[in-house]
Amino acid sequence: MDFDLSTEHALLRSTIRDFMESEVAPVVEEHEREHRFPVEVVRRLGEMGWLGIPIPEDEGGAGMDTLSYAIAIEEIGRVWGSLGLIVAAHTSLGCGPLHLAGTKEQKDRYLIPMASGKVIGAYGLTEPGAGSDAGGTRTTARLESDTNGAGGEWVIDGSKRFITNAGQAGTYIITARTGTKEGGGAEISAFILPADTPGFRVVRIEDKLGLHASATGELAFDRCRVPAENLLGERGDGFRTFLKILDGGRISIAALALGLAQAAYDAAVPYAQTREQFGKPIGSFQGVAFMIADMATEIEAARALVWKSAWLKDQGRDYSLVAAQAKLFASEVSSRVTNAAIQVHGGYGYVTEYPVERFLRDAKLTEIGEGTSQVQRLVIARKILGLRIG
Amino acid sequence: MALRIVVLTKPVPDPAAAAERLGPDGRLDRAASPAVINGNDEYTLEAALKLADSMGAEVTLLSMAPPTGVETMRKGLAMGAHRGVLVTDPALAGADGWSTVQVLAAALRTLEYDLVLAGFDTSDGVGGVVGAGIATLLKLPLLSSAAKIEPNADAGTVRVRRISPTGFDVLEAPMPALIVGTQLLGEPRYPSLKGIMAARSKEVVTKSLADLGLDAAAFGGAAARTKVTGTTKPPARGATQVVRGTPEEGAKAIADLLASRRLI
Ligand SMILES: Cc1cc2nc3c(=O)[nH]c(=O)nc-3n(C[C@H](O)[C@H](O)[C@H](O)COP(=O)(O)OP(=O)(O)OC[C@H]3O[C@@H](n4cnc5c(N)ncnc54)[C@H](O)[C@@H]3O)c2cc1C
Repeated sequence: MDFDLSTEHALLRSTIRDFMESEVAPVVEEHEREHRFPVEVVRRLGEMGWLGIPIPEDEGGAGMDTLSYAIAIEEIGRVWGSLGLIVAAHTSLGCGPLHLAGTKEQKDRYLIPMASGKVIGAYGLTEPGAGSDAGGTRTTARLESDTNGAGGEWVIDGSKRFITNAGQAGTYIITARTGTKEGGGAEISAFILPADTPGFRVVRIEDKLGLHASATGELAFDRCRVPAENLLGERGDGFRTFLKILDGGRISIAALALGLAQAAYDAAVPYAQTREQFGKPIGSFQGVAFMIADMATEIEAARALVWKSAWLKDQGRDYSLVAAQAKLFASEVSSRVTNAAIQVHGGYGYVTEYPVERFLRDAKLTEIGEGTSQVQRLVIARKILGLRIG
Repeated sequence: MALRIVVLTKPVPDPAAAAERLGPDGRLDRAASPAVINGNDEYTLEAALKLADSMGAEVTLLSMAPPTGVETMRKGLAMGAHRGVLVTDPALAGADGWSTVQVLAAALRTLEYDLVLAGFDTSDGVGGVVGAGIATLLKLPLLSSAAKIEPNADAGTVRVRRISPTGFDVLEAPMPALIVGTQLLGEPRYPSLKGIMAARSKEVVTKSLADLGLDAAAFGGAAARTKVTGTTKPPARGATQVVRGTPEEGAKAIADLLASRRLI
């Protein structure tokens, strides 16, 4: 048993922290205020190899482990939640499915440019009628055989909602119904959709509570044609693939939640030490001190879960239960801690002059994206009880 | 043949951790704070790595530090240095500038090099004498306050732009030479992820005083020629005035303030 980070992990952590604090922190406020996607920052991250951390080197990535990736997302999120989400969605949801299910040709053509940071990726699963219930997917893909004898084309129709990196991505991985299974359920398959496919449009970008510099958008497919070889994985395998992808993605959302909580805590501690009322630092009042104690304890516990889930994945062990626990716990800790940080700051926490109100607005998403807290509890309880729980 | 450059890198308490503590003898308690490479040393390392990129060079890091110095060095290796040499010995605890100069000079005698690069000073000791001391002991040309380093491998010479109060002096010396750098050499790079991975397998050689043929009694803390006789904390900073507004407004407000204090 060893709780110390290895020298490499510690070095990765300090490198990312240095870079985020010196190079990125100064531009956060303006991008958030203007709801502007950080094109330039993302380009630099790509050059530095940060957009494919856990993807193998021969697939364009840095070939590091899941723990490295979790550390990176935490450190990015600690300075800028939006950037953390951009990187997490690109890596886990954009690159992840290609790494998991892509053929050699698909990896060469699509994954290498993404994992090496030249093309941003996005993942479209959610639809207006298919949120927690991904089986409700209405988008369809129909195979049209080619009269010339080639493999034919998939014709995709439908729409997606709440898609991170919409409008910025060069490659979208999307899910669509390709038929009906024997039992009557939807046969769902995954497809690679280049952003320049005719008939594909980003209909709009959402206005959100937080994460203002990350783009969340609605996608529309109007008779989009992609070649047969853009089917990702086996036909009908879309559901299985995305369950696996979400397992891994949860670790990154948990890490993002942790980063936001850490940021709020890092702001609250010195504030409690230096803000004086009644002639004393407010941290000397038990009501404030105990908030700090709880924040520190919950963050510590959340990090232990996040790191454990990453470690299990790196060991090749079953990590889906712990990843769901990490996502559930870290996201709820994040909301509590970022909320408490505002309380510690009083009125100064509620105004935008201090960054703590942003941390709360950003943290809330982590309880919703990649499976709501309720869905995490379902996943966890089903695994434990072995019962069908609805 | 590729240029051989030795860069002196000292582990110092991480300024970001703000955990520096003095021991009962008034000296830094090195176990109290996480260590990082001295900031100024990263600038000279950057200069060495730029030379490696542009003309090919073998970059060796040299430290005198506790055994944990190996970990501190990994960052330099991740930035791109090729290998490290750490002189570590329990007897060296409490070593002063004089011992440091002797020990590093002895270590350099065991290495082959064309250039030795030293940082301007260290953020913990702030002595700024080690580079000059080593050059004196090893009878190397000393080129100080370097803003630019231009070796000419064919001619076996190195040219340095030395900052001066009025501008630059251009100095040239035969190699091997010792250069003391400044921050004008350029911002240190961030280690790349590939660099971090590669650092794991780079070699760091550890040497004791005995390995260098030095007598432990003559160099460590016991032999220190300087003693810390007292320490005081710097006075707390006075109230700060924050200027807000557009850059133009801010600049004007600051200029007015400085003028009102007769500082400009
Ligand atoms: C900023 C942002 C970024 C996103 N990025 C992406 C992306 O990149 N790609 C993508 O595909 N999707 C993305 N999403 C979508 C996200 O994954 C969904 O919003 C989420 O899965 C919930 O779906 P829903 O919004 O339809 O809510 P619903 O499923 O309608 O849920 C509403 C409420 O009902 C609860 N609920 C639903 N079913 C159950 C149940 N069986 N038991 C108990 N409670 C239940 C939920 O927990 C929730 O409280 C993003 C969303 C946001 C806000």
